[in-house]
Amino acid sequence: MSRGVSIWPIARLAQISLRADATDRALAGRLAPALGAALPTAPGTVASTPDGGRHILWLGPDEWLVVGPDDSAASIEGAIREGSREAFVTTVDVSANRAGLELAGPAARELLGFGCSIDLDAAAFGPGQCAQTLLARAGVIIWAMLDGDAPTYRILVRPSFAGYLGAWLADAMDGLPDRPG
Amino acid sequence: MTASRLAASGDRIDRSRLVRFEFDGGSLTGFAGDTIASALLANGIDLVGRSIYHARPRGIVSAGPEEPNALVRVVWPSGVSEPMLRATTVPIEDGLRVASLAGRGRLETTTDPGRFDAANRHCEVLVIGAGASGLAAAEAARDAAPADRVFVIDAQPALAGPEVQPDTTALGIYDHGYVTAVQRHPTPTTDGRLWHIRAKRIVIATGATERPIVFANDDRPGIMLAGAGATYIERYGVRPGERAVIFTTNGTTDAVAATLGAAGVEIVATVDARAGEAVVDTLGDDAGRISGVVITSEGAAPTTVEADLLLVSGGWNPNVALWAQARGTLRFDERIAAFVPDGRGPGVPIEAVGAAAGEIEGIGELRPLWVVPPHGESGGDTSDPWIRHYVDLGRDATVSDLRRALGAGLTSIEHVKRYTTIGTGIDQGRTSGVVTSAIAAAILGQEVGAVGVPTFRPPTVPVSFAQLAARDRGALADPIRTTPIHPWHVANGAVFEDVGQWKRPRHFPQADESMEEAVLRECVAARSGVAVMDATTLGKIDVQGPDAGVFLDRVYTNTFSTLKVGSCRYGLMCRADGMVFDDGVTSRLAEDRYHMTTTTGNAAAVLDHLEEWLQTEWPDLRVRATSVTEQWATIAVVGPHARDVVARVAPGLDLSTEAFGFMTWRDAVIAGVVGRVFRISFSGELAYELNVPTWHGLALWKALIAVGEPLGITPYGTEAMHVLRAEKGYPIIGQETDGTTTPQDLGMGGLVSTKKDFIGRRSHRRPDAARADRKQLVGLLPTDPTALLPEGAQLVSLDADLATTPVPMLGHVTSSYRSAALGRTFALALVKGGRDRLGERALAPLVTGTVEVEITGSVLFDPESRRRDGEPPA
Repeated sequence: MSRGVSIWPIARLAQISLRADATDRALAGRLAPALGAALPTAPGTVASTPDGGRHILWLGPDEWLVVGPDDSAASIEGAIREGSREAFVTTVDVSANRAGLELAGPAARELLGFGCSIDLDAAAFGPGQCAQTLLARAGVIIWAMLDGDAPTYRILVRPSFAGYLGAWLADAMDGLPDRPG
Repeated sequence: MTASRLAASGDRIDRSRLVRFEFDGGSLTGFAGDTIASALLANGIDLVGRSIYHARPRGIVSAGPEEPNALVRVVWPSGVSEPMLRATTVPIEDGLRVASLAGRGRLETTTDPGRFDAANRHCEVLVIGAGASGLAAAEAARDAAPADRVFVIDAQPALAGPEVQPDTTALGIYDHGYVTAVQRHPTPTTDGRLWHIRAKRIVIATGATERPIVFANDDRPGIMLAGAGATYIERYGVRPGERAVIFTTNGTTDAVAATLGAAGVEIVATVDARAGEAVVDTLGDDAGRISGVVITSEGAAPTTVEADLLLVSGGWNPNVALWAQARGTLRFDERIAAFVPDGRGPGVPIEAVGAAAGEIEGIGELRPLWVVPPHGESGGDTSDPWIRHYVDLGRDATVSDLRRALGAGLTSIEHVKRYTTIGTGIDQGRTSGVVTSAIAAAILGQEVGAVGVPTFRPPTVPVSFAQLAARDRGALADPIRTTPIHPWHVANGAVFEDVGQWKRPRHFPQADESMEEAVLRECVAARSGVAVMDATTLGKIDVQGPDAGVFLDRVYTNTFSTLKVGSCRYGLMCRADGMVFDDGVTSRLAEDRYHMTTTTGNAAAVLDHLEEWLQTEWPDLRVRATSVTEQWATIAVVGPHARDVVARVAPGLDLSTEAFGFMTWRDAVIAGVVGRVFRISFSGELAYELNVPTWHGLALWKALIAVGEPLGITPYGTEAMHVLRAEKGYPIIGQETDGTTTPQDLGMGGLVSTKKDFIGRRSHRRPDAARADRKQLVGLLPTDPTALLPEGAQLVSLDADLATTPVPMLGHVTSSYRSAALGRTFALALVKGGRDRLGERALAPLVTGTVEVEITGSVLFDPESRRRDGEPPA
């Protein structure tokens, strides 16, 4: 028997907060090749480089979170600087500002639904989408990674809330029905 | 006792599964599928409690949530208890303990051991109610939406099929298609679940509720809604009586009569309002149960028939509570004499279908009859003939009460409700509501539709607080935030205090030290050796952009655009009202970049404040603010030996005073990690604040403890931090200030620029901000150096007459401590015109005696700041 969901902490990521004027087409045109993917402008979407190594999460009309492998923070900031030229663009290394965990399994969506009020249905929130929202009482970024039989979500949370969120998730697992296998 | 279990019938019960439960201490049996009410009737128990005020014997009136009478306290085998439930809605189970109530339960005094949770659900269509019309609406909805986006809930146990979520009652409808519902036993280990449902379309298929007719002594056990009588037979195989009278206004009782007949109930009379007949009174046996029914026919003298069951149908009220909550309008439908949904609901598409929309199956012709006037003998020994015409059984409210309300001049049905309390009981007016409106309308000479019904409000059924709290109880009531160093604090016996959601070590007691002893020891270490504190919770904001200096000049009272790169400055922030809002040290990282720190509790509020001014007032400024509070773990290393300790973890850093002066910062490799070192002091001692990425906070802390060990390095908590800063007169925003304190009040006028504009500046020019008797920050030294003033203590002048109240107040104590450095107690206080009173004495009258104090300057230790670069020469 299982609860139909697995949860694990993920390895450190490079995370860069990027603030820029999304309406500056010339700037966007320079940042896209520098970063390897265009800044997404649709709310709550994620753009990824073709190799899947770097992701750009839309967090606001002028705010993105650029995520890459651990230790790539400097190269991300360098790429942004290179693409920015004289434009007013700011970056902050926030790699340690949020911890990450992943949930996967047929019950992952149901588990998140115990504490998250956004529509997690794959049609409304599928791979390539992210949201800044509350999971239980912790502010998080939820990021849909995979759909299908075992939906997978990545949760980014301030490290100070990680203990609370872990305890909440463990408690919430109790609300899931046992399933065979 | 004439109610009994039939040999057959009952589609809800499983006769192969006997269930044992307890009622008022007696052991009873029922079948799986029984409600408490059906099981009691099956056992011949029809008297289930006393009424709330009149102590009248009461029975079971209904078979559903409209029950106003049969209230019980329930204790489940798990130990979960509920103080007041309707016996008609609770399934029995083995080991269930049920106790009758006299109209009202008592609040449980112990923690609810139940497991309650909450869940969210989004759907295209929400169908509330799985009767025939609800299921048809759901079927139709599935043609246009994926099956899993059509959500059907029903208050009854699982019957309708797998596509219906059973045991789920909608509680309320709110804006934008948001509906709350409560589900009983969503999983075997969960007692209840609160659903937050967001639907694009809502179908209300909640059916209709039968209503009674009001007549004298209409509240006896054995008087039941007609449909309920049939329900007990059909669903539970329980015959509610042997000799029945049916009192009706409409055609729905035809089917009831057939069901009764098939179950072997003798129908001794059918009293049909449509034929001018009425029940005017009832007779009771010694226990108060119905024994006879007094019947009139137009023009004829009353006759009495013997009966043990009186089934009443005044008609059917569509269940419009949810519709009306959604601000759907109602109209009075003369055809069924009831309020029905009028048109379409506003906002998110909401429609009512089936009986909820007024389509009452089999109602046929209906002749409205709301109340049967008293005949000669009713009313008993009082002159008021209406005092046994019960309208709301749950509240013991009668036509007499209603007449008194209207006689007092109340005309609004809302006022009538509040005056009589009709409709405020557990059934929320399900049986009494429309009847009350109709009786009021008759007395007022108005149409029922014009009188209307009181506002419907959520929740539609009672919900326990434990259910509403769901998972947010106990340790999960609120997030507990911890720093990366927290595990070390726990392992080393820290006593924690809550600072907002953070857990911060308050002190680190050794062996059997008291808090006072531990704090004094920690303070001594910081002033004479070396001590470390976890300051990770400090708010940190990255302020970046070409206009960052201009921006900070506007948000701080003092100037930051002139700050040199590599330097730090203490800053004071006011709100527009000129009162101190926050403080902290801000460092210039680059020409266009600052690292701001805020108080722990105010970190989020300061970021909001910055964003608000940037976004609404100064969008022209090219500045962006980013929270980096949790990017950095922050450790303060404090004391004359701090330099030696920091040198060992940051060997590449020149720590000499000449190379690394007070209020400057440096990039550094600290314990092998790239970070920053700030020479900032909140104690007046030589101090460094080390910042490394959060990941490395615990490793750095352990490294500091290890290298500092030979120097006696001492971890200290927030309490010692408070004492150390108070000795230096450093205020804590929120402790020395209360939202009415200006920088000038704190004696920080020197930090308020006269050369530039900033938030709050204009308010500082108000005459009130310059009053000589404003409360100002001062120090206090009790004449008795061992007397510790309580924080919050009021101060009065030395010659105050304590016998004549109110005694004019001089001010109050904001902080008070024992000081190792001063060898005595001391305090900080806000005192009217305090800076002009230095050297004066004042009194703190306490319950335990009056304490005399000397008013002093607020800086009591090292006023020349000779210690900030280390141990000064003797």
